[in-house]
Amino acid sequence: MSDKNALNNATLALQALYLEKKGAIIDNAPDFLNEKRDAALDSFLVQGVPSKKVENYKYTNLVEVFDRQWDVVASKDDANIDVEEVFQCDVPDLDTFTILMVNGWYYPKNDLTALPEGVTVCSLQEAFAHHKDLVEEVYCRYTDHTKDPVLSLNGMFAQDGLFVHVAKNVILERPLQIINLMNGDSDRMCSQRNVVLLEQGSQAKIAVCDHTLSNQAFVFNNMTEVLVKENASLDVYNVQNQNNQTINLSGLNIEQQSNSNVLTHAVVLHGGVIRNNLTINLNGENANASMYGISVADQEQHVDNFTTIYHSKPHCVSNQVYKNVMSGNSEGVFTGCIHVLPYAEKTAAFQQNNSLLLTETAQMNTKPQLIIDNDDVKCSHGATVGQIDEEALFYLRSRGIGEHEARLMMIFAFAHDVLSNLRIEPLRDRIDQLLERRLRGEDSPCDSCAIECNS
Amino acid sequence: MLKIKDLRASVEGKQILNGLNLEVKPGEVHAIMGPNGAGKSTLANVLSGNDKYDIIGGSVDFGGNDLLDLSPENRSREGLFLSFQYPVEIPGVSMVNFLKTAVNEHRKYRNLPPLKAGDFLKMMREKKELVHIDSTLTNRSVNEGFSGGEKKKNEIFQMAMLQPKLSILDETDSGLDIDALRIVANGVNALKSKDNATIVVTHYQRLLDYIVPDYVHILYKGRIVKTAGKELALELEEKGYDWIKEEMGE
Ligand SMILES: Nc1ncnc2c1ncn2[C@@H]1O[C@H](COP(=O)(O)OP(=O)(O)O)[C@@H](O)[C@H]1O
Ligand SMILES: [Mg+2]
Repeated sequence: MSDKNALNNATLALQALYLEKKGAIIDNAPDFLNEKRDAALDSFLVQGVPSKKVENYKYTNLVEVFDRQWDVVASKDDANIDVEEVFQCDVPDLDTFTILMVNGWYYPKNDLTALPEGVTVCSLQEAFAHHKDLVEEVYCRYTDHTKDPVLSLNGMFAQDGLFVHVAKNVILERPLQIINLMNGDSDRMCSQRNVVLLEQGSQAKIAVCDHTLSNQAFVFNNMTEVLVKENASLDVYNVQNQNNQTINLSGLNIEQQSNSNVLTHAVVLHGGVIRNNLTINLNGENANASMYGISVADQEQHVDNFTTIYHSKPHCVSNQVYKNVMSGNSEGVFTGCIHVLPYAEKTAAFQQNNSLLLTETAQMNTKPQLIIDNDDVKCSHGATVGQIDEEALFYLRSRGIGEHEARLMMIFAFAHDVLSNLRIEPLRDRIDQLLERRLRGEDSPCDSCAIECNS
Repeated sequence: MLKIKDLRASVEGKQILNGLNLEVKPGEVHAIMGPNGAGKSTLANVLSGNDKYDIIGGSVDFGGNDLLDLSPENRSREGLFLSFQYPVEIPGVSMVNFLKTAVNEHRKYRNLPPLKAGDFLKMMREKKELVHIDSTLTNRSVNEGFSGGEKKKNEIFQMAMLQPKLSILDETDSGLDIDALRIVANGVNALKSKDNATIVVTHYQRLLDYIVPDYVHILYKGRIVKTAGKELALELEEKGYDWIKEEMGE
């Protein structure tokens, strides 16, 4: 809270940016989003850009990120590039519905005519126009702009995003693949707001790939709100592969009803400063959430996975496994909050964070946080930070495997088991390959996401 | 093939090998016996290049190369193999990937192209039969969850895959029942030729019923204190190691 201090420069700069661009932002956004903007500004000003004194942002210095002049374009024209020219897809095994987003905007040439009946995918703007009731069921219902300054910023600046709706009992076999592209000839901040609604008994799998098409610095503030109703099942696989000037602030806020099933994967390959806020509220009995993460970082990269799991109802299970492979001067953070509410008996909540530090200058901070207000729960958390097992390394070398290769085998073994739960096989293989190339230093953030791109 | 001269080595500041001499020629089988803590595993680790052990002095010639100057991987590629007393588990590294990488690294060293997938699988099948290793084991991670006996068989299986010139079997017999012992010994014997040699490190004479040594050495306090033919093993079995201690004037 900044009540005791004057607003820091970063906060003032963002306030000024908002006031300067407000006209253009509002002109290019639906009323529904506009109605909440000024309130979002107010809550942003109350919180300010969090300094390291703010507990939830202790390890990720956003003041440093925002203590400079950022620009926002605020116009749909920003998405008016010929993506096909710079971005070609060649997906051998991965049969998906591909949806491009450019700088937070829905790409106008997305062709989704092949979507099966009962599945709606469109821009958030269009959703407000044609499916207002559905959007209203989710938008800001479980997400509170006053609770987090990054969220407030999203409320102030986001003008568009993606809307996904899967009707009751509809099973979407082919995954949706959302490719978030950042592009431009100058540094800028892009905000995106997504709403996903899975009706009772429906199923969907979504792969999300975050990319930069140009070498500018971007702030990507991407907030996704999700409601997964009774007996529905959702997978979200996020691969973050942006240039190392870019700051990725991703929020995924999921509300689960009874007997629902959610699986998330956060795969971090490249990016400058990455902060993933994952919040899941198990708000119905027998709901199940599995959350996995693998982050590979080197140089000056900063990766912060911040998870909050609410066990609000009895008989729910949550399981988190986050792994980090850190080298260079990179910094990793894992904060995992498990909050078991008073009536959530027979809760099972597990959390684990394992990290490999490959250089002496790489860092890892792990902070589990358990608040348990019920006696009848099974909870566990564990964290390890270590180096490569020298004995195992010697074993491999004693069989003729060169030291470099032997190290890679061990690192890869450590990293890749997180992916074994990924439920789309071609995607798993593809991410496995990406991970291996990343660990071998053979890739670059210009490479594609889970699809082959020849940009 | 192997000439060890006055080898002295320490681990964690404690000197273990105190001037050890040993010569092994192609086609020979040497047994090294000795009480616990004598330095048998230390010798095996020093020869294979484990950098936890520090060389204080002496020299080791392996087929004309200064062995102590080679990296562990190059010692292996030059034809040295250690069957570990305690093979490590390596979760996440699959047996198949491990073996394929090892075999192909050996081939690369000899300027040979990598084995074709089919040829590699065929080779694996053949060698698996040699040690009667359970097929499912090769679908797992290296040694992960293997029983003691399976781990030892897996060592001999790897030896068969890599076809070394000199194998050092460090207590490969301990923890094996008689059937497994026989299988392991048969495997070792099947791989024997006039061009390669074996050093069998063991506590017990029973393995030597199956792998018949040309020489038996007694390693005691970091030195080879006695060398004789296979009858020495029987003598040790009968009299125990106290006899050596007495003979050493203790
Ligand atoms: N890695 C190690 N760290 C510390 N001490 C060791 C290590 N390896 C061996 N030693 C010590 O060296 C001595 C010889 O051990 P070792 O070579 O394993 O004997 P052996 O195999 O003949 O039973 C013992 O005193 C043992 O404690
Ligand atoms: Mg030993």
